[in-house]
Amino acid sequence: MNIWLLIALMALVTFSIRYALYARANAITLPAKLERALKFSAPCVLTAIWVPSVLMPNGEIDITLTNPYFIGGFVAVVIGLWKKNTLLTIVVSMVCFFTYKWFIG
Amino acid sequence: MTELSASNTQQFNRGVIDSMPLVLGGIPFGVIFGTLAMNAGFDIWQTIGMSSIVFAGSAQFVAVGMLAAGTSMGFIIGATIIINLRHLIYAASMLPHVKHLPQRWRVPLGFLLVDEVFAATYPRYLQNPQSNNNHWHYLGVGVSFFVSWNIATVVGIFFGANVEGIGSWGLDFAMSATFIGMVMPHLVNKPMIAGVLTSGVVALATYHLPHKMGLVIASISGMAVGYYLDSRREVTEK
Repeated sequence: MNIWLLIALMALVTFSIRYALYARANAITLPAKLERALKFSAPCVLTAIWVPSVLMPNGEIDITLTNPYFIGGFVAVVIGLWKKNTLLTIVVSMVCFFTYKWFIG
Repeated sequence: MTELSASNTQQFNRGVIDSMPLVLGGIPFGVIFGTLAMNAGFDIWQTIGMSSIVFAGSAQFVAVGMLAAGTSMGFIIGATIIINLRHLIYAASMLPHVKHLPQRWRVPLGFLLVDEVFAATYPRYLQNPQSNNNHWHYLGVGVSFFVSWNIATVVGIFFGANVEGIGSWGLDFAMSATFIGMVMPHLVNKPMIAGVLTSGVVALATYHLPHKMGLVIASISGMAVGYYLDSRREVTEK
């Protein structure tokens, strides 16, 4: 297979998807219903990414004390809900995660 | 409101700072990609080309895997399209914020619209809606992530064997921590809480579907639940 052709085609389809709406942004008015649904897009997409990476780091659900991702994620959720501060949540939960990971070896 | 008067440079720098946890979380994946691509038979320039011209983490991994398994080009391109469909959700969310920009801005901003960049810059637009130069923040996040992704790829190409265990260092937790930190402040009303819970549960249930389809299904399920409860709440309030 011609790898450069593969790269070119992958680049083409990837860019087309990302740029398609931007290209005609002035001409596109999203339906009010869609705009309402899009309010939920960022929290929902991000959650669909972080929940599996925290609860199933090895591809299977692992909600045990031997899973440092679960422990770190739990701390992050608690701090995030309590303080509602993104940077604080990141720093505290990462310190907990790496300390715990080192602790359980 | 000093934020309103942030200069273009300040916005750009703030974007670079806001990208840092996600840059950290992305490093192991970039390094692993560089290593895998070389093992799959790419040469140095093709590996760098993949990260710099395509610039699509998940799709790059899937393409290299499929190529190594002898899949034909048509299927790899098809998989690329499906994997990247979620970017349409990001583009639709960003649309009201980029429509005033000239094409010379929209082209690079579109190119840079990956998960991490959307995640790091979208909150800026929500917190700072009056500002007319948030696109400099978007650019700062995007350039920072693009540069770090490519550096990580190059590290993987040349030093992949030396940092073999990088996938088990736990750097990827930085991404989860960042996403959790970004989502939690939104959980202040029932529609959002229900939508996010739905998305998380569906993501677990659909995790094993190929081509990241689970991510798309989970996101749309969560958005649908949020939308439904949100519109019903409005009806009862009237």
